[in-house]
Amino acid sequence: MKLLDSLRLRISSLFHPSQVNTEMEEELRSHIQLRADDLERSGLPRPEAERRARIEFGGREKYKEECHQALGNTFIENLIQDVRFRLRVLRKSPGFAIAAVLTLALAIGANAVVFAVLNALILRPLNVPHAESLYTIERGADKNQSTSYPDYLDLRDRNRSFDGLTAYTLAPVGLDTGKNPSQAWSYEVTGNYFDALGIQPFLGRFFHVADQHGPNSAPYLVLSYAYWHSHFQGDRGVVGRVVQVNKHPFTILGVAPPSFRGTLLFFSADFWLPMVQQEQVQGFAVLNDRGQRDIYMVLGHVRAGFTPAQAVADLNSVGSYLERTYPRDDADMTYSLARPGLIGSMLGPPVKGFMTGMMLLAGLILLAACANLGSLFAARAADRGREVALRLALGSSRKRILRGVFTEALLISLTGGAVGLAGSIALLRALSTWRPVPEFPVYVPVNPDAHVYIAALLLALVSGFLFGAVPVRQILRTNPYEVVKAGTTGIIAGNAGARITLRDLLLVVQIAICGVLVTSSLVAVRGLVLTMHTNFGFEPRNAMLVDTRLSMAGYSGDRVPAMQRRMIDALKAIPGVQSVGLVSYVPLGGGASTADVFTDQTTDLRPANVVAANVERYEISPEYFQAARTSLLAGRALSWHDDKNAPRVAVVNQLFARRVFGSVPGAMGRYFKMEDGTRVQVVGIVEDGKYYQLTEAAKTAMFLPFLQSPTSPTSVVVRSGRDREQLAAAIRSTLRDLDASLPLNIQTWTQGLNSALFPSRVATVSLGVLGMMGAMLSITGIFGMAAYSVSKRLREIGIRIALGAQRKEVLEAALGRAFKLLAIGSAAGLVLGFLATRVLAYIVYQATPRDPVVLAGVVFAMSLVGLLATWIPAQRALSVDPVILLRAE
Amino acid sequence: MADPAQLLPGTLDLLILRAVSLGPLHGYGVLLRIGQISGNALLIEQGALYPGLFRLLRQGLLKASWGTSENNRRAKFYELTAAGRKRLREETDSWNRLASAIACALSQQPEET
Repeated sequence: MKLLDSLRLRISSLFHPSQVNTEMEEELRSHIQLRADDLERSGLPRPEAERRARIEFGGREKYKEECHQALGNTFIENLIQDVRFRLRVLRKSPGFAIAAVLTLALAIGANAVVFAVLNALILRPLNVPHAESLYTIERGADKNQSTSYPDYLDLRDRNRSFDGLTAYTLAPVGLDTGKNPSQAWSYEVTGNYFDALGIQPFLGRFFHVADQHGPNSAPYLVLSYAYWHSHFQGDRGVVGRVVQVNKHPFTILGVAPPSFRGTLLFFSADFWLPMVQQEQVQGFAVLNDRGQRDIYMVLGHVRAGFTPAQAVADLNSVGSYLERTYPRDDADMTYSLARPGLIGSMLGPPVKGFMTGMMLLAGLILLAACANLGSLFAARAADRGREVALRLALGSSRKRILRGVFTEALLISLTGGAVGLAGSIALLRALSTWRPVPEFPVYVPVNPDAHVYIAALLLALVSGFLFGAVPVRQILRTNPYEVVKAGTTGIIAGNAGARITLRDLLLVVQIAICGVLVTSSLVAVRGLVLTMHTNFGFEPRNAMLVDTRLSMAGYSGDRVPAMQRRMIDALKAIPGVQSVGLVSYVPLGGGASTADVFTDQTTDLRPANVVAANVERYEISPEYFQAARTSLLAGRALSWHDDKNAPRVAVVNQLFARRVFGSVPGAMGRYFKMEDGTRVQVVGIVEDGKYYQLTEAAKTAMFLPFLQSPTSPTSVVVRSGRDREQLAAAIRSTLRDLDASLPLNIQTWTQGLNSALFPSRVATVSLGVLGMMGAMLSITGIFGMAAYSVSKRLREIGIRIALGAQRKEVLEAALGRAFKLLAIGSAAGLVLGFLATRVLAYIVYQATPRDPVVLAGVVFAMSLVGLLATWIPAQRALSVDPVILLRAE
Repeated sequence: MADPAQLLPGTLDLLILRAVSLGPLHGYGVLLRIGQISGNALLIEQGALYPGLFRLLRQGLLKASWGTSENNRRAKFYELTAAGRKRLREETDSWNRLASAIACALSQQPEET
């Protein structure tokens, strides 16, 4: 009973310290009142009675303190006492406190941001029920995700290891709600999409397999929550409304929940529609064509009881069935599984690699910050050596003093962590609403969640203990008698020798980290600059791009090329326009279309006999090369005579010529075969270029006349030296006169490269930010070290000056060590940076450290860091006046 | 009346237990009762009582509950627990032994040693 009672008291006082406090307060007040009552009764007036009662009671605070101790909550009390004391101490040196908090805030903030992105892109699965068993299916050695609809049906119906396989593709469509027709992005999905993923509607209903009865039988639409809000003002009456998709009526069935934005992490659809509507949505129907791998991704939940390996084996058996049954269309049907969110193996590994690298760098930054603060703490402990010694001599325990140091460290680290987290939350919020590539619905959904907060808290605690631990040894070794005897100078005299101390090592490591960051950010920046001056195989400057899809305004068949020709003619008539070229997808614009080709001699057109696979395929107008400034190396460009009635012709790039025909000159006039067996004659050869990614290896490409192979996706290159605003306005009004219902996206070609440059830009900016932080930390670190060493050696410097030392010798004595450490650290950083930038080469085009400009840049930057950091201490060392100094001793 | 005597260390707890053993009391009441039973011969600063009360409370020798005083003020009343009653008996015995031993020692005449 006794034990239980005391336990209860302790626990309740732990959790309700304020309640215990108020109760105690009330009890003491009641005592004084009762005493005052007695005094009043003996004849004193009330106010006097109360005054006397209070005096008789004695020191109330002191007794309360004793009561608390009597209750046994000394730990908490001590902690509060420690915190109060340390806050007072910190308030006395605000410079130190602010510098320390800001340093940590930057470092922890950077870590929180990087971790939040890592968390959002890699750790957090797609927002669907049972995401852990959701996989996307990839085919072949090159992890291709595209599938044809008939193959998908076979996979779906013949496998035994998935709970429903669903498929989707991404399609831009023109949506007309009765007002302005605009372009929107849709997921074109199979009927079982929502059911297979287990998503429930927020409003209305979803479409199901049962809604579909063949092509164009299910003109239904499910809106995303965000699109419903932005374009329908969250109107609940939207269900059942009919809107025009590419001029076809579609009925809105329902709205998806806000948490579900599609099955790609950063590609948020505006709405979903059934794949059976493909003809209306895309302008073509290839659902029955086994060779047309038009489906973007197939995904599904692996059935409970099946391991991923078993599921792969199961899929492979379906694959070998497909190879046997459809040898003409299907080859290399081996499958593997990947996580769907980052487009499986396409973005997963590079993003993972990059983010892991960033996390590592951010961790190093934090470590550097801790090293810095550790040195500061050690210096403070040394400066406070007398205080520590006195406290020890007066009977304070070392434990209590250490606890004070840690309390101070944790106070700083937690404050820094809180500030850093607040900053990072603001940054992450902004990132989440950012649309890096305006023409695609690309988002970086990185809103922080509980994981991020916990990570930041842990980082703050760990770093607090890390840098708090640096001065521990110093304090443990303090001998109070020695210190008090020796006075101010004797405490750390032992540390000033030539021995390499922990602090020196920390500083070198920190400078090396800074060196790595500076090197890699310079390499990235240099790569980006070089990229802008590379020959892409076209000239993006002084050209506008007009992107549209004719299917969005209901064009099909022969009306497509006819309209395109009218567009070209109208745009050419704009004053100041030099040339106008049309292309299906502009190179490096994010879109692409590929095809496999065969030699003219091949008769068995099965995939195994392909001579060049995944050839970039462009449909172009005659003047495209002129408008794009792509050099024609041999033969002729296409002409308006290359129409449906003329023999099929193509212009190919050099690599195509070499790969298919052996040499560039030998390719002219020769024939090759398309997948459907059509013979095409090569009439011209153009230079190689960049087609899909800047970092890609050289690719084969062919250019076909758009009159012979029509294209609904349309990019028009308008080359002109005119002011871009005026030109854009002129283009818009010209095309609006032709057809007002055609959704248009007009931008400069340089802007059009955004999606291609996005990865390098992200890498450059993030490395740049981390590099700046690293440099700042190094500067403060070196500064702290140099300033400390100068202040500790002022006497020596004074004597040297008195004995006639030159400025150079003085500086050497005062700062030689700092410079030596800087040199060692920079060299190590440079070497490590060179190693690290090999990884960068995958992300940033032409990123190479073997570049004299980069080398010079790194040396210059590190010297600048050193100069900035040692400037003030050097001035102080040089301005030492020996007379004053020696007199003061 | 002579000046009140200072308390010996450790004796306050015993006095509190004794005072409360006669019936539930609030803190001020304990003080008055001690004054009363000791003939106002002991000096206790009023506030010093409370750490003692809390110490006994924590040891489970006292229990407390809020109530109303004779002149209608809210006050916290203390009473003995069973353990407190037992402790009072033990402490009283040992005090008596000590006191008589000390008294005996002090009452001896120097020449008799």
